[in-house]
Amino acid sequence: MINYKTRKYTISKGLDDYFTGIHKAYIFTALFFKEAFKRPFHLREVINQCFEVGLKSLALISLTGFIVGIVFTKQSRPSLEDFGATSWLPSLIGIAIIKALGPLVTALICAGKVGSSIGAELGSMRVTEQIDAMEVSAINPFKYLVVTRVMATTIAIPVLALYCSFVALYGSYINVHAEETVSIISFYQNAFKTINFLDITTAVFKTIVYGFTIGIVGCYKGYNATQGTRGVGKAANQAVVLAMFLIFVEEVMIVQVSNWMRYF
Amino acid sequence: MKNLKQHIINTEESVITITGLYKSFDDLQVLKGIDFNLFKGENIAVLGKSGTGKSVLIKIIVGLLKPDHGEVLVLGKHVDQLKTKELDALRLRIGFSFQNSALYDSMNVFQNLAFPLTMNIKNLSKGEVKDAVEEVLESVGLKDKLKQMPSDLSGGQRKRIGIARTLILKPEIMLYDEPTSGLDPVTSAEINELINEVQQEYNTSSVIITHDLTCAKNTGNRIALMFDGKFLKVGTFAEVFDTDDEQVKGFFNYNFIQ
Repeated sequence: MINYKTRKYTISKGLDDYFTGIHKAYIFTALFFKEAFKRPFHLREVINQCFEVGLKSLALISLTGFIVGIVFTKQSRPSLEDFGATSWLPSLIGIAIIKALGPLVTALICAGKVGSSIGAELGSMRVTEQIDAMEVSAINPFKYLVVTRVMATTIAIPVLALYCSFVALYGSYINVHAEETVSIISFYQNAFKTINFLDITTAVFKTIVYGFTIGIVGCYKGYNATQGTRGVGKAANQAVVLAMFLIFVEEVMIVQVSNWMRYF
Repeated sequence: MKNLKQHIINTEESVITITGLYKSFDDLQVLKGIDFNLFKGENIAVLGKSGTGKSVLIKIIVGLLKPDHGEVLVLGKHVDQLKTKELDALRLRIGFSFQNSALYDSMNVFQNLAFPLTMNIKNLSKGEVKDAVEEVLESVGLKDKLKQMPSDLSGGQRKRIGIARTLILKPEIMLYDEPTSGLDPVTSAEINELINEVQQEYNTSSVIITHDLTCAKNTGNRIALMFDGKFLKVGTFAEVFDTDDEQVKGFFNYNFIQ
């Protein structure tokens, strides 16, 4: 007979932790939506965070986007050459970069750079009692720290993704231009020829979802950090790993839904 | 040091009243029935070994932790029954000085001090904020550190800035969590003096959590000695330590005060 008074876990420690973790994350996300639409809005802090997320990632995004454009073009050229279809290169690159690579590369870089930074910063604030200090000063730390950061990533990452796609296309153009004589206007026209409104909308929607995911995961892990400095490292690491995992899951789901919508 | 006897303590008016307070974390029972009174204008030093629940007690007073059982009445309000807005209003009347100061790393001293002020009082002009910050910095003797980052300050200076940050909202109650821990004897003495000055200048009532007997003796009008989640003795320094109780004597002897 099981003694329920001394029984510590409902199923097992691992499974209990897993399900309570999901419940906590759900409560955390619900609290974000509850607080996001209430005053005060801390607009100045949102702008500061947009600067932190956006401007400080710009150099990395530029370089990565440029390289992705060049490498993808170089890799695709031989296959198209076999069929004598190199003139389709701009269209192929356009589809690949605008619909998939631009948003995904930006999201993965930001998950690493921004997600870990948010996780570490909030984690460090938690373990050094700075979050408690805000709370005892009658300041809502969730609203000031979490809502502003999640809003900033949700706003800044779509902008970064659009910029990344533009730079990647430019990188691709440089490579195409080296082989064939083609003007930049003609290249961009061809690149966008097969892209429709649904593709652009899906790409922007995707990046909004990625931005939100990176922000909320980084904040959740950092805000709930425990165990001192070890916990800070753990929070930063988990913020990156979980955000990347969720980004891939979301990518699959959004692509599937957008494909269904295409046939309606 | 200023003479504590000059300070008027109103023993008719209690600002904090705690009865039958229990608190546990999972299987660990930390507080096991605390009864406690803090009078207006009084400094009470809560002494005890590490891990006896001293910090938990003040975190319950300020509403950072919820009690399992018992009544916590602060400035006439039941802390555990307040709604968020009411709790925030009460917290504006309480200052909390953290053990590690908890200064905001990303802000300089001026921003650290101005932050609680500008977030809680709207429509303050830049001049008013600057005056308020300079006033509290002067009262903790660090007016020249306005532009410094917390990482550039010494342990004692960080403690002072931490105290100044709470004073800027003119609290009625001050809660000090280990104000002298990690400090050298000279700096500890300065912090003790500052606690007494705060009591007199700002007319605060204070709970000082410490395991430093010198700090308790110099700052507390009364001492509450905590052992194993309960108060073993409460009274003046002489009343508490004039005893043959082995636990009390052990604590006294360890601190080498004769």
